[in-house]
Amino acid sequence: MTDAQWEVFSYQGVIAAAVLYFLAMLAYFFELASLRTPAKEVELATVAERPGGSSSAGVESAGESRRSEVAGRLGLVLTAFAVLVHFVALVARGLAADPNRVPWGNMYEFTIAGTFVVALIFVLATLRIDIEWLGPLVTTFVVAALMAAFLGLDDAVLPLPDALNSPWLVIHVVSAVISTGAFTIGALLSGLYLVKARSSATTGYLARVPEPKVLDRLSYRMHAFGFPVWTFAVLITGPIWAHQAWGAYWNWDPKEVWAFITWVVYAAYLHARATAGWRGRNAAVLALVGAATLWFNFIGINFFSSSSQHSYAEGAAPEMSVVLGLAGPVEAAQEVGVVVGADHPRP
Amino acid sequence: MTDLQPDLRQRPSDDRQATALPYDLTARELARWTWRQVTSMRTALVLLLLLALASIPGSVIPQDNIDSLAVSQWRDNHPRLAPVWDRLDLFNVYGSVWFSAIYILLMISLVGCIIPRLFVYARAVRAKPPKAPRHLSRLPESTSYTTDEDPDVVLARAARVVKGRRFRVHYVEGRSDAVAAERGHLREAGNLVFHVAVIIVLVGVAAGSLFGYKGGVILLNGDDYGFSNNLTQYDDFAPGALFDPDVMEPFSFSITDFDVDWLTKGERAGMAREFVASLDYETEPGGDTETYDLKVNHPLTIGGTDVFLIGHGYAPVITIRDGEGEVTKSGPVVFLPTNAQTFESFGVVKAPFARPEQIGLEGAFYPTFAMGRDADGNLTMPASVWGDALDPLISMSLWTGDLGLQDGSASSVYVLDKANATQVMKADGQPFRMDLRPGESVTLPDGLGSVTFEGLQRWNKIQISRTPGKLVALAGVVLALLGLLGSLFVRPRRLWVRARRQADGTTLVELGRLDRSSGGDPEDGEAELAAIVAELQDPTPTRTSRTSSTREDES
Repeated sequence: MTDAQWEVFSYQGVIAAAVLYFLAMLAYFFELASLRTPAKEVELATVAERPGGSSSAGVESAGESRRSEVAGRLGLVLTAFAVLVHFVALVARGLAADPNRVPWGNMYEFTIAGTFVVALIFVLATLRIDIEWLGPLVTTFVVAALMAAFLGLDDAVLPLPDALNSPWLVIHVVSAVISTGAFTIGALLSGLYLVKARSSATTGYLARVPEPKVLDRLSYRMHAFGFPVWTFAVLITGPIWAHQAWGAYWNWDPKEVWAFITWVVYAAYLHARATAGWRGRNAAVLALVGAATLWFNFIGINFFSSSSQHSYAEGAAPEMSVVLGLAGPVEAAQEVGVVVGADHPRP
Repeated sequence: MTDLQPDLRQRPSDDRQATALPYDLTARELARWTWRQVTSMRTALVLLLLLALASIPGSVIPQDNIDSLAVSQWRDNHPRLAPVWDRLDLFNVYGSVWFSAIYILLMISLVGCIIPRLFVYARAVRAKPPKAPRHLSRLPESTSYTTDEDPDVVLARAARVVKGRRFRVHYVEGRSDAVAAERGHLREAGNLVFHVAVIIVLVGVAAGSLFGYKGGVILLNGDDYGFSNNLTQYDDFAPGALFDPDVMEPFSFSITDFDVDWLTKGERAGMAREFVASLDYETEPGGDTETYDLKVNHPLTIGGTDVFLIGHGYAPVITIRDGEGEVTKSGPVVFLPTNAQTFESFGVVKAPFARPEQIGLEGAFYPTFAMGRDADGNLTMPASVWGDALDPLISMSLWTGDLGLQDGSASSVYVLDKANATQVMKADGQPFRMDLRPGESVTLPDGLGSVTFEGLQRWNKIQISRTPGKLVALAGVVLALLGLLGSLFVRPRRLWVRARRQADGTTLVELGRLDRSSGGDPEDGEAELAAIVAELQDPTPTRTSRTSSTREDES
């Protein structure tokens, strides 16, 4: 296939994945809608059902719970299938570039890669822990982010500027994307914790969600997984690459500053849990603050900061391209400002 | 403060809490109290969050050492606010007193926190696992079963089984009724390593900024132009506070060729890629000449110094003949790009020794010249439409008089001193301009001489930096990451097995387990307890537990 065909194929793949996520979301919503009976009864029914055979609970509620269980299963299967299609679309995006490259050269590509990781972490997590109830939130988030990427961030497949053309692009961005995915799920859980802790609902989604204590612990696990990866991305691979590309391992570039802020906030989160005994509410709030800095760094800095060497947002691209490629001739102009009185260029 | 002691003894590593200020302090008590405040966990937490908060202004307000052009623009736009910002160091946040204060306090807090913990840890590692509590069933995780076996047999097997699970075990046969075991000290070790590593990172970073330097030079391409690494050769030079020029490596280099690939199609047409500057360099005077392709992301390292390619531009070769026909100026003149994409550039040419009058030229260089047109098709401003030199043109105005170069004071080669100079006008009162393509000449009015645009040269901006301690910092971060993994994922826990003969002749075996993870992720210990019970009840010890029981104790 030609590059153009790959590009079209990738778009189609992303659309197909988005549709699948949407269907998964509908399935999850259907599951929730059929959870009209108080959660306790459903639980009893399902518990009674599992050993297989004669349930003493109401037949009606058992039937309803089976329907909702099927819907939930369907949601998960659709999500898993969507993740697969999503992955194919990502690969196609990489193949559409000339020369072929990893598909995270601009915000659109970063967003489709990031949402992929969020969905993937969710699907993998369901294999090991009981977290399927997070499905409605994850699919809603992914569908929304993909739509935003399509409508707001779409950008043609562009060749990479020189500064981005490095093996570190793979390592640095992969780790950033993975940790962003983990933090995002952690933030969803923390948000859910705050809502759940204040609610006493016996029906609907919140009733299905586990105890606040469980949410708190799961959220902690996500953060504990994301934090070392983020450390690796921001404080190890980032500086190494910055040193190679820009000549200094830490430049206090706005993107770096905010990545550092995010790191500090999450460090404070873990520290607070470990030493000050912050659980629950305080910790959840801190986790949400961390997620806010994380997303501000991704969206805000790319769009609003003109001085960041990380500005890969569409609007900034043409103007920045040369600067990105080869840190600023304009900068050179003013740096050179004070020069000794030699009339001739130095021999 | 005495009431704090039992608490401290219980969990000495975690709970260094801030305490209220007592009345009637002596100086010594005040010092102790202050130290306790500074090294308390809550203070560390507050400082950490403060550090995040304090970093924000630097990402919003332009910073002197990052984008000084933006700073001067900001100053022009906010004449009244700028002095206030200056006083608050807001143009230099990361070097400001208040920012330093936060991280220095954080460091002190860190050190104050680590040192006692090191001792606590050293004791804990050597200590035996603590004795079994009286009521094992009161522990968060416990289980029990009865058996006909002799308690000592059960306990001996329990010691072996638990040891096989890499616990440190304390059991004296026949003298105690319980096996005490403990594992997971690596969590606290990871914690300590992480905290020490943070200090290592800071030392590395500090070494880099104190003893290192960063300098830049604009170097014309060609063998005729070289750079040798000493202070006089730099255009801009930013040394650290304790920088010693003697450490500068005596290398030298010249740029023999510069290649760049301009994208001619696609959405990023006009973008330049694949910059390659071919260097000839010698690591010391008289040494062998080696070659290197200097690229973005591909710096040249000589000893402890790194050489980076960070910019490029054009230098028109201009010859000025004065009124007496003498060549008074000839050679490439560096023009600085004013547009990062089209490489429209600005420059000045000075001929202070021209006679009868000094000659100064000031104007623009267009790599690919075109006249702009407005919507109606009328010609507007001249412009460059492409960064590559497809149709180069210089357009300059002419100045005479005193160019301010005779008195020996320093002046910029990129600025024409017009204080005592006058612009040459045409007969119709319009400024005299010359528009030259390569090879063209123009005769200046008033018998001043002539100007020839001979051709085009290129220059590169090279950044040279020496950052001692960067590997120390890197090692520190890697160490911090390893420590972090330990402190997040190792689960310290204690386990006790007690076996007692009951009145009816059977033996009651009780197991208790205590998860000591402080991070709020107490794992589900039932699985571990169940596995141990299963192994205890299985009279023939499994092969795995026999082989692993010979392993070293885990600390």
